[in-house]
Amino acid sequence: MLAFILTRLGQSVLVMLAVSLISFIMFRYVGDPVASLVSQEASIADQEQLRERLGLNDPFYEQFFRFVWNAIQGNFGISYRLQTPVAELIMSRLPATIELAMTSALIALVFGIVLGVFTALNRKNPFAAGIMAFSLIGVSLPTFLIGIGLIYVFAVELQWLPSFGRGAVVDLGWWRTGFLTETGLRSIILPAITLSLFQLTLIMRLVRAEMLEVLRQDYIKFARARGLSKRAINFSHALKNTLVPVITIAGLQLGSIITGALITETVFQWPGIGSLFLSSVAVVDVPVMAAYLIFVGFVFVIINLIVDILYYVVDPRLRIGGTAKGH
Amino acid sequence: MTDITPSAPKGRIGKIIDSDVFYSYRTSPVAIIASIIATILVLGALFAPWIAPYDPFNPRTLNLMNGFTPPMSESFTGNFFLFGSDHQGRDVFSAILYGSRVSLMVGLSAIMFAMVLGVSLGLIAGYRGGLTDTVIMRIADVQLSFPSILIALLIFGVARGIIPPSQQESMAIFVLIFAIGLSDWAQFARTVRGTTMVEKQKDYVSAARILGVKPIFILIRHILPNVVGPVLVIATIGLALAIIAEATLSFLGVGVPPTQPSLGTLIRIGQQFLFSGEWWILFYPAVTLILLALSVNLLGDWLRDALNPRLR
Amino acid sequence: MTETLKAAPVSQPVLSVKDLKVVFHLRRGDFTAVDGISFDIMPGEVLGVVGESGAGKSMTGTAIMGLIDRPGEVTATSISLKGERIDGLDEESMRRIRGKRIGMVFQDPLTSLNPLYTVGEQLIETIRRHLPLNEKQARERAIELLADAGIPDPAGRIDSYPHQFSGGMRQRVVISLALAAEPELVIADEPTSALDVSVQAQIIKVLKRLCAQRGVAVMLITHDMGVIAEAADRMIVMNKGKIVETGPVGDIIHRPQEPYTIKLIEAIPSIKSQNPRYVAAVAKGEVAIGGKTDAPIVTVDNLSKVFDLSPSLFARVLGGKSRKLVNAVNDVSFSIQRGQTYGLVGESGSGKSTCARMIVGLLEPTSGSIKLEGADIWRDKEATARRRQKIQMIFQDPYASLNPRWRVGEIIAEPIRALGISKNATEIGDRVADLLERVRLDPAAMRKYPHEFSGGQRQRIAIARALSSQPEFIICDEPTSALDVSVQAQVLELMSRLQEEFGLTYLLISHNLAVIRQMADAVGVLHNGVMVENGEVEQIFSDPRADYTRMLLDAVPDIAKVA
Repeated sequence: MLAFILTRLGQSVLVMLAVSLISFIMFRYVGDPVASLVSQEASIADQEQLRERLGLNDPFYEQFFRFVWNAIQGNFGISYRLQTPVAELIMSRLPATIELAMTSALIALVFGIVLGVFTALNRKNPFAAGIMAFSLIGVSLPTFLIGIGLIYVFAVELQWLPSFGRGAVVDLGWWRTGFLTETGLRSIILPAITLSLFQLTLIMRLVRAEMLEVLRQDYIKFARARGLSKRAINFSHALKNTLVPVITIAGLQLGSIITGALITETVFQWPGIGSLFLSSVAVVDVPVMAAYLIFVGFVFVIINLIVDILYYVVDPRLRIGGTAKGH
Repeated sequence: MTDITPSAPKGRIGKIIDSDVFYSYRTSPVAIIASIIATILVLGALFAPWIAPYDPFNPRTLNLMNGFTPPMSESFTGNFFLFGSDHQGRDVFSAILYGSRVSLMVGLSAIMFAMVLGVSLGLIAGYRGGLTDTVIMRIADVQLSFPSILIALLIFGVARGIIPPSQQESMAIFVLIFAIGLSDWAQFARTVRGTTMVEKQKDYVSAARILGVKPIFILIRHILPNVVGPVLVIATIGLALAIIAEATLSFLGVGVPPTQPSLGTLIRIGQQFLFSGEWWILFYPAVTLILLALSVNLLGDWLRDALNPRLR
Repeated sequence: MTETLKAAPVSQPVLSVKDLKVVFHLRRGDFTAVDGISFDIMPGEVLGVVGESGAGKSMTGTAIMGLIDRPGEVTATSISLKGERIDGLDEESMRRIRGKRIGMVFQDPLTSLNPLYTVGEQLIETIRRHLPLNEKQARERAIELLADAGIPDPAGRIDSYPHQFSGGMRQRVVISLALAAEPELVIADEPTSALDVSVQAQIIKVLKRLCAQRGVAVMLITHDMGVIAEAADRMIVMNKGKIVETGPVGDIIHRPQEPYTIKLIEAIPSIKSQNPRYVAAVAKGEVAIGGKTDAPIVTVDNLSKVFDLSPSLFARVLGGKSRKLVNAVNDVSFSIQRGQTYGLVGESGSGKSTCARMIVGLLEPTSGSIKLEGADIWRDKEATARRRQKIQMIFQDPYASLNPRWRVGEIIAEPIRALGISKNATEIGDRVADLLERVRLDPAAMRKYPHEFSGGQRQRIAIARALSSQPEFIICDEPTSALDVSVQAQVLELMSRLQEEFGLTYLLISHNLAVIRQMADAVGVLHNGVMVENGEVEQIFSDPRADYTRMLLDAVPDIAKVA
């Protein structure tokens, strides 16, 4: 187990280094870091002096090393656009994104798995067929249109829910949460549904496909031939086997919820890091873009690690070496 | 059990009509309706200059007097607007025809680019195995876990930093195609690699290797024809995703330039008027986009089931 | 059609099937898989059901269990278990019969068990479903069942997962599961077909012993007449969904009545039949076949292949795992005389296919040499080129050895084109047509795709491809293992005829000892990568020296062994 986790950790470090490299190259070579720091009138000599002071003339690997070292310490430079430290910007907006993403992930997972199992077990049921048809509409609807549609119906026409923002937040010192106020809770409903719908349909279709595949396996036929109850076959034999591959893909899908949040955040003017990133792309605010890339890479690596460990726990073929003994 | 009364030999067309795929098409109302809708939309986009009643992007023909004309009605100047007009007096119907043209063009080009890249890398990874495989598939894994919109945005941002401002307008479409294509190749690579690894173990490949046939010819002549089915399915579903991606980017304001609006740009424009009651400016482009994505998706879904013999 | 029993039944049959039909409603019309069959199984009896693929034998077993899914439909005048009707029962009542009163064993032990549960969990679940025992009692019973099935240290292994057992052991677990609730009848569907010969013999014994001890009747479904001869009391021969012949096993094997059965029995090779060429040679007064002549066409010296299955360097450094090297082929030497057939025998994992792949140039040897007419094909460039033209191969699976996207004509012409033997399209076309005729296929076949042909026809196409470069030496890797016996007989006959016609040399690789005895002049026996015995065919079969060979010959289920 330890060896397995160490191996995975090693790979994660490699992935993070690769992401940092891309991020660094972007940071260093897209646009001119000096030009954004000094005024238009600064002389060439002044610029050169600044260049020297910032270490921009040092060898590549030294600059990269410094970049990584700074990043580990949480120093990502200063935003060109807002002239504030990037780390501060990100930290102030992170809670909004994480709360939205977690709520959506929960909705997507719970409904995705339940509906997936339901549609797989009741292929002939007209209600299940309806869900399947609806799910295709779900994957065909661009997220921003879902958001606009929900705003139009629930905020503009019915006026039940707010159409933008996070509502009132409570400051817990290091975390500002919207979960503790009524407006905060009401505000998160529409964005969370918008963000989860695509993942929900994907997870549902995945669970259904995997479950149908598992139901075709010999061990299910053998379980039927042993006279086991329908319940035992469907829920203890088939579902558990279904979840093994689902864990991987669902995990990766959940990772993309955090980053996919940027569209939803834009539509609902949600003050998260997604909308921060988007406004930075528009003006090529490179330090923010680079930091965001590292953040996404980090989320990806963490989720991958969790997925691998879960996989390991669920599947005995990985946990226990396959030493077949005797004949 | 396989020997069910063999049907009498027919010509090439007879064989196609008799084939299982065509049978599944004939008996699937969803596939028929989806293909009809897709065909209408594609033809509309293709022949936009001949069908469109107005030229929506010629500033000289626009008349602000025509602005905000509701659907199915005539404006003050006596012009008829099927889907209404926008704030500049532009015909929404014509704008949609031209907009679908841009959407489809970008979507198709992007998916072609992704397909060529993904299929080649998938074939190489699957056939070579070892380190080549590990490196390519690791990149694909990382790629797949980043949503394509994010990758497209990053590429777009970087391109903005590199390309001089004077050329940004004209390069925008190519950057967009490149960005969407580059974010979609991994799906192809993954599937093709999987199929390649299965196929290369099969003995018909061994038979060719025994004869000393070079790997490149084995890949192209033996393995490639066997990955066409799954690639077609991914390409169809990928096309829907690419169209959505383009619309999303354009909606976010980082897509095609405003001089060549796509469906996403039209929705972006329309959104501004949603709260003030001019719903049609948003509604018709949105419906067109959904119909386009949905019909292509439905076709892809049907194709996957039709080509998968086990589900029949 | 002798369907009725000789005398009136003394006791009530365990299972009585009357006019069973299984029809599949497909889009090209109805397909009848089982066409109105009737039979009885008496208590304690082992009834063998034999037939070639598509005979409907598996469908019969599945239909009795009520496990046929749509688009299949089961109809019967009656199916009775101990006089009680079980056809047309609802799903819930049927569940109480499955496992409780009829147990079932499937073909592939690797896929019959749920990989995520321990064998104990699966046994206890089944026992408690059908018997009124608590968890502890059920566990004790599970351990007893495993012990009965011959699993060593059952108390220690009950908490292991299926993947920790070998194939044979898993099949014992599957048998324990089938017997868990003391059923009256066990339906075993090809229970040994996925196993090696030596394991197969043990599993048949276990199944027979356990059922005899408990007085359980068995319906043994198999394509392998040898297994029936070894295990069954009475047998049913099925063909195209109908019963062709019924009777005691000995009667049918020795005195088949129906033309179909006569042909079928004739087609089955036996390890007890002497090599026909040896017999002919002796009759002509020649000493023996397979003796050393001067010029072997292929010589294999001290051939070894080591596979490196080590975990990655990363895992080794961090996880402290060690390197893992597998000696697939270990110091094997033999030579093959021109114009003869050399048989290579062994169970799975014996290294016989690895040998073949090295000789044909698909896999590089770790050490040792392979010489074609004296030149090393792996070190000598010229010999490599010669090898491509002179050595060809026929593979086991006729479905995987032909590219499904190519027309038959293109497939057969591939060697001609790849080796640059001819570039003229008309000439190539003529040669392909000629080759098709020689393997007894219509030359019009060249315009069709492989999926339009049956397994046997595909194997003929594969043979035509192998012949198209006019090779002198053909490696046949299990060429008939995927085929029905009657088709196997035809393909073997074709191979012999082509050998004479073209003066071919064969390296025939097979796990089937009877086929080897029938076809080969000289034989090598491989076990775990080591050549344990090598010599003339009749010497090895009549007087085996190595213990392993003797064990193998004893283990083979063979129709000659019928009581």
